[in-house]
Amino acid sequence: MTGDRPPGPDAPSYYGRPVLKTPVWEWKIAAYLFTGGLAAGTAVVAAGADLVRAPRLRRGCWLGSFAALLASVGLLVGDLGRPERFHHMLRVAKPTSPMSVGTWILTAFGPGVGAAAVSELVPARWRSSWPARLLRGLARALGLASAATAPGVATYTAALLSQTAVPGWHEVREELPFLFAGSAAASGGGFGMLTAPPAEARPARVFAAAGAGGELLASRLMERRMGLIREVYEHGTVARRRRASEVLTAAGLAGTVLLAGRSRAGAAASGIALLTGSALQRFGVFEAGVESTRDPRYTVVPQRERLDAARRGSAVGDDVGRPAR
Amino acid sequence: MTATDRTPPPPVDLARRNGYFDPPPRMGFFTDTSVCIGCKACEVACKEWNHVPEDGLDLLGMSMDNTGMLGANSWRHVAFVEQRRPGTAGPEEQTLAVEARLRAAPRGGSELGTTPLPTAPGGAVADLGMPTVGRPGDGTGAETRTDFRWLMESDVCKHCTEAGCLDVCPTGALFRTEFGTVVVQQDICNGCGYCVSGCPYGVIDRRPHDGRAQKCTLCYDRLKGGLTPACAKACPTESIQFGPLDELRERADRRLAELHGQGVAEAELYGRDPDDGVGGHGSLFLLLDVPEVYGLPPAPVVPTRSAPQIWRRVGAAAAAFALAGIGAFASAAFGDHP
Ligand code: SF4
Repeated sequence: MTGDRPPGPDAPSYYGRPVLKTPVWEWKIAAYLFTGGLAAGTAVVAAGADLVRAPRLRRGCWLGSFAALLASVGLLVGDLGRPERFHHMLRVAKPTSPMSVGTWILTAFGPGVGAAAVSELVPARWRSSWPARLLRGLARALGLASAATAPGVATYTAALLSQTAVPGWHEVREELPFLFAGSAAASGGGFGMLTAPPAEARPARVFAAAGAGGELLASRLMERRMGLIREVYEHGTVARRRRASEVLTAAGLAGTVLLAGRSRAGAAASGIALLTGSALQRFGVFEAGVESTRDPRYTVVPQRERLDAARRGSAVGDDVGRPAR
Repeated sequence: MTATDRTPPPPVDLARRNGYFDPPPRMGFFTDTSVCIGCKACEVACKEWNHVPEDGLDLLGMSMDNTGMLGANSWRHVAFVEQRRPGTAGPEEQTLAVEARLRAAPRGGSELGTTPLPTAPGGAVADLGMPTVGRPGDGTGAETRTDFRWLMESDVCKHCTEAGCLDVCPTGALFRTEFGTVVVQQDICNGCGYCVSGCPYGVIDRRPHDGRAQKCTLCYDRLKGGLTPACAKACPTESIQFGPLDELRERADRRLAELHGQGVAEAELYGRDPDDGVGGHGSLFLLLDVPEVYGLPPAPVVPTRSAPQIWRRVGAAAAAFALAGIGAFASAAFGDHP
């Protein structure tokens, strides 16, 4: 930020002015990255719990998934410049736009989660009535269908960020889908551990542990492969958030494996650690992108290197850059 | 879709590939900065014709440039660089004074062209020295003249052959016109802001309060009426030339050869090459220095070209996510725990 520009190669610029526009997306989109992942992760746990007959895990996770989904929709619509026109997203299906793809994935995902959650809310004394049983059967099928689209919900957001000119998102496009998938699984599993008793929550623990492990691994790989953009990820707020995320996710992982099977309190603490770690990771990555547009060097230096390499006739640095002719 | 093609089609085919049956030739701009006099008639004419609102009245310290950047409220922007030798930015003290204020702004200075910068705390203004009248070296003889020169460039949307803004637009508001240009339909745009980050040139932006994305339309309404775009019409030196793109490309080549012949070795064309990262521009430029000196990206690539790679990775990650879920419950179902 102001004054604490990290050291690095200098490049000519126009009065130091950014080349790109900083994203107009606000914190709401960062928050959505988390709530969307949470909705997907909990949907998987809920549908699984339905299949293996773990009713409390199922109930908690369908309700959690629905709440996260409602929050997601609110955040997405709220971030629009013209919220009342949100339905214009539905007038086309456009494979070149990850946002359009995501809109349709969410449209496929949403109704089943809604039906499952509503069916969970039917009061106990009405459960044996035929409409409630019909709803239950319907919710079960639709809920499973939603869970089948959940992997798309959990990961398309990586394409959403990466298919931009924003260096902080574009340059990490190889690892970001895995980071987000891990983060979504960790939060979904963590939520299950928080809402269901340990005896029922074993699958949630396995899912959370796999997610947390994946997230930590993807994060490390991402850092190892970064070029100039490393400066952004290793400085200021971005670095602080991601370090905190790593510590919490690692602690949550340890807690999940060692404590959560035995104590409810341990499970809850691990779940909260995983959820917070996941959220911080999303905010860290989001802010890294925003930060990377504020300094023209992150745009100009890699392009200049690629251009000079191409002019010298040596290997072009980026396989999606200028066509090799 | 044109956008994902690796080898872009020849100019005329662009509209045809987008569904037009008998399109007019692809139209564009050729902005020859070597004859720009920095009068800003283009900025003014554009604002007037297109009803582009004020983008902030301010003295930026960027030489004579008080617009700063293209944006939602500036569809033409004249850049000014006071330069001691090619390949350098403006004088360092000038850049340092300006840069500090840009860095402190909410969007790092990229809000210029859309909204003004916040005023410096306490109204402190950097002292850039008094302007002097006369050319450097005047009064002492040519032998003491410095290498000082003044670069001016009228920037505009590049109307890319492979347009990042258009590709990522989820509503279809951004579309390819029959002239091969890229235009936002204002009755469709819902202000999602994706195009702002999809453009590798920092051109398009969302207009505050209005909430929709805004940029140069290459005067789509005027073109439909057979008129020249407002900026080109107003330009007194023909620095901005308008016409069919293949003609402009030839003109640009001729002008470049002419300047090289006159010893202006640093002259280069920007956006001329149909094999570049965006498949070439609809609006070409002749620059007298490297693009970054004008605040332009030297070799941008449309993010869409990474889409296959990105979706492959997303698919793999989604599969891993699904497997983790299935594995977690399979272990519960077949394990001895409930
Ligand atoms: S990507 Fe940017 S420069 Fe290209 S057409 Fe869109 S707004 Fe114009």
